[in-house]
Amino acid sequence: MSTDQNTNSELLRFTTAGSVDDGKSTLIGRLLYDSKSIFQDQYDQIKLVSEKRGEEGVNLALLTDGLKSEREQGITIDVAYRYFATPKRKFIIADTPGHTQYTRNMVTGASTANVALVLIDARVGVVEQTRRHAIIASLLQIPHLVVCINKMDLVDYDEGIYNKIQDDFEKFAAKLDVIDVHFIPISALIGDNVVNRSGKTPWYDGPTLMYYLENVHIASDHNFIDSRFPIQTVIRPYNDDYHDFRGYAGRMAGGVLKKGDEVMLLPSGFTSKVKKILGPSGELEQTFPPESVTVLLEDDYDLGRGDMIVRSNNKPTVTQDIELMIVWFDHNLPLQEKGKYLLMHTTQQVKCIVKEIRYKLDINTLHRNQEDREIQMNDVARVVIRTTKPIFVDSYRKNRITGSIILIDEGNNNTIGAGMVI
Amino acid sequence: MNYSLNHIKELESESIFILREVAAQFENPVLMFSGGKDSILMVYLAYKAFYPAKIPFPLLHIDTGHNFPETIEYRDQLVEKFNAKLIVGSVQDAIDKKLVSEEKGFNASRNALQTVVLLDELEKGKYDAALGGARRDEEKARAKERFFSHRDEFGQWDPKNQRPELWNLFNGNHQLGEHFRIFPISNWTELDVWQYLASENVPLPSLYFSHQRDVLERDGTLLADCDYIEKRPNEKVYKETVRCRTIGDMTCTGVWKSDAKTIEDIIAEVSTTRLTERGGRTDDKRSETSMEDRKKQGYF
Repeated sequence: MSTDQNTNSELLRFTTAGSVDDGKSTLIGRLLYDSKSIFQDQYDQIKLVSEKRGEEGVNLALLTDGLKSEREQGITIDVAYRYFATPKRKFIIADTPGHTQYTRNMVTGASTANVALVLIDARVGVVEQTRRHAIIASLLQIPHLVVCINKMDLVDYDEGIYNKIQDDFEKFAAKLDVIDVHFIPISALIGDNVVNRSGKTPWYDGPTLMYYLENVHIASDHNFIDSRFPIQTVIRPYNDDYHDFRGYAGRMAGGVLKKGDEVMLLPSGFTSKVKKILGPSGELEQTFPPESVTVLLEDDYDLGRGDMIVRSNNKPTVTQDIELMIVWFDHNLPLQEKGKYLLMHTTQQVKCIVKEIRYKLDINTLHRNQEDREIQMNDVARVVIRTTKPIFVDSYRKNRITGSIILIDEGNNNTIGAGMVI
Repeated sequence: MNYSLNHIKELESESIFILREVAAQFENPVLMFSGGKDSILMVYLAYKAFYPAKIPFPLLHIDTGHNFPETIEYRDQLVEKFNAKLIVGSVQDAIDKKLVSEEKGFNASRNALQTVVLLDELEKGKYDAALGGARRDEEKARAKERFFSHRDEFGQWDPKNQRPELWNLFNGNHQLGEHFRIFPISNWTELDVWQYLASENVPLPSLYFSHQRDVLERDGTLLADCDYIEKRPNEKVYKETVRCRTIGDMTCTGVWKSDAKTIEDIIAEVSTTRLTERGGRTDDKRSETSMEDRKKQGYF
C-alpha cells in the first residue's frame, strides 16, 4: 500500500475477464505487486503453496483464486474482488473467469465497472474470447474499454504486430456500442508499460496501464441530467423531538436534486417541493449519484418503498411493457416464453410475464438467431416483458441504474436473469 | 459543477444503501457486534442510515467469555450512546449447560463454539438477516462473499452456488427458516476503515492504541497473556509495547509491536505495513482454507 494515500481520491471499479493462459492473473499480480499492495504474509503463503505443488516460481494466480475448488482445479470460478490503492485513486477489481460457461459471472463483474480491461495475447491476436469480452462490455455499457495487448516480449515488441491487432479489434468494435477504447502494448510478466514505462516500445507514446487507470475521466460516468430518486424506506422516528418527521431514504440514481426543486412523485403524479436534504454528515443544499440521502418534502403525501421522486419536467417512462436484453443465469430451467417471474427494478418488486422472445444473441459473433429461441444459462436474448404494475424506467444506455432489472424465480427465490432496458 | 465523491464518501453511501435495503427487505434483522473496529463502524453507519430514527435492529454479541475486558466496557458504552438494544449470546453458558464441549490443550480456542452459539441465537431470535462487518480484503474466502449472502436452514454457506449481484439490485427474497448474512462494508479495506473513523472522530477501544502488556510468543505470533491460555513450559511471559490490529477472542488474537498512540499514527502504520491484519490470527492459520471451511459451517 502506498504511504500517502489521499483521502480525497476517487474510487474506480474495473473488471477483467480471462483464463490463466492469457496472463490475466499475472497482470493483476503485477498491478498489486508494483503498487505494493501484496502483503508479505500473503506472498509467503502463496510461495509456500506454489513450492508444495512443485510449481516453478510463485504462482500469483493463487492470490486471486480464493476458493478451495478453484485452487484445486487451477481456475477462477466466481467473481473475486481485489483492492489496491495508489496516491491518486482507490481501485476495486472484479476479477472474473473468461469462458462462455461463466458469462453470468462476467456480466456480474461488468455491471458496476467504470473500466473493462480486455487482454489479448500478442502471439495469437483477436480471438473468440476477446470478442466475447468486448461484446459483454458493450452490452453492459461499461464507459471505458482498455485493450492490453499482452506478451509483447514474446513477439520482440514488434510495432507491426501491435498495429495489426489494434486494426483487427477496431474493425470488430465498430459494430459495438463502445464509447471510449484505448490500446496499450504490455508484458505483464516483465512489467512493460504496466506500472513503469518500457524502454522497448519507443514507437508507443501513450500512457502505461497504471497511468491510464489513475487518470481516465470517470466523474461523468453517472447520469447527472435526469433526476431519479427511488425510495428505499421511510424514516419516521416516532418520538417527541421529531414528531412530524417523515423522511424518504434512498440513493440518488440519476441527475441532481436541490433544496427548493419542484418535484413529481411517481406513480401518483402529484407535485411537491424539496424541503430538506439530509446527507450522512448533515444537511445538504443538493444531492447527486451515488449519494445516499434522506429527502423531506413540503407536502405531506404518503409515499413508500418503490415510489420515485423525479423532476416535474423530466420523467422516466412509466410503463408495464418493456423490451430488454436478458442474460439468463438459471442452470435448471431455460427462459420460458409465457413464463412468470418476479422482477426487481430499483426498489420495486413486481410480477411479470415474458410475452415474447425475439431472438438469441450469439455473444461471440453478435449474430441474431431467430430460429433457436431456447434460452439456456449464459445465453443472451432480446425479450418483451409485461409487468403487473407500472415501473419507472429509462433506457439502459441513458441510466444503468433505472435501466436495469433482475428476474427472480418465484419458487426458490434465486436470481435467474439480468436485463437491460432498450 | 463537480459532482464527484471521494472514495470514502462513496463507500459510506454504498454501505448506507445496503443497511437501508436490509431494513426494507427483511422482517427481523440483527447486527452482529464483536467489539472490533469493523463492527463499531457498522454501528455508526447504521446510526447515519436511519437518523433521526433509532437503529431499527438490535446488536448481537457472541461472548466467548475470553474477551478482553476493554471490549466489554466499550460495548456497553456504545450501546448506551446510541440507545441500542443489546443481546448477548454466551459461550460460557452453553458450556455450563453442556450444550457444547470445550477444546483442550495449548491452542484451545472457543472459535468453533462461537459458531454453535451464534446459530443458536439466530434461531432463537428468528432473525432473517444477520448483518456483519466482514470485508473482502481480509481473507481470500471472504473475497468471494456477496453483500447479501444466502444461508440455508442449517445456516450453511454454499460458495459455488451464490446469487449473482448486479448493479444496485440486491435480492433478499427467502423462504421461512432461511436467513441471510449481510456484509455492508464488503468493499472497505483496513485503511479505508481507519481513515473514515478518523474523519468522523469516532472514539475507539484503548486496545487499538499502543500500550504496555504481558505477552508471550507462540508460532511467530505475540499473544496477550491471560488465564485462558495454557502455556508451554518454554514459553516466557514478558512486557512489550503493543496494540491490537484486530480484536477477537484473547486466545487467538495476536498483538502487534507498535508505538502508534493516535489514530493518525495507526493510519501511517497501516499504510506502510507489509503484513495483513489477520496475519496475527491463529484461527486462520489452522489450514490453508480454514476460513472457507468455517464459513461453510456458519461462522461469521
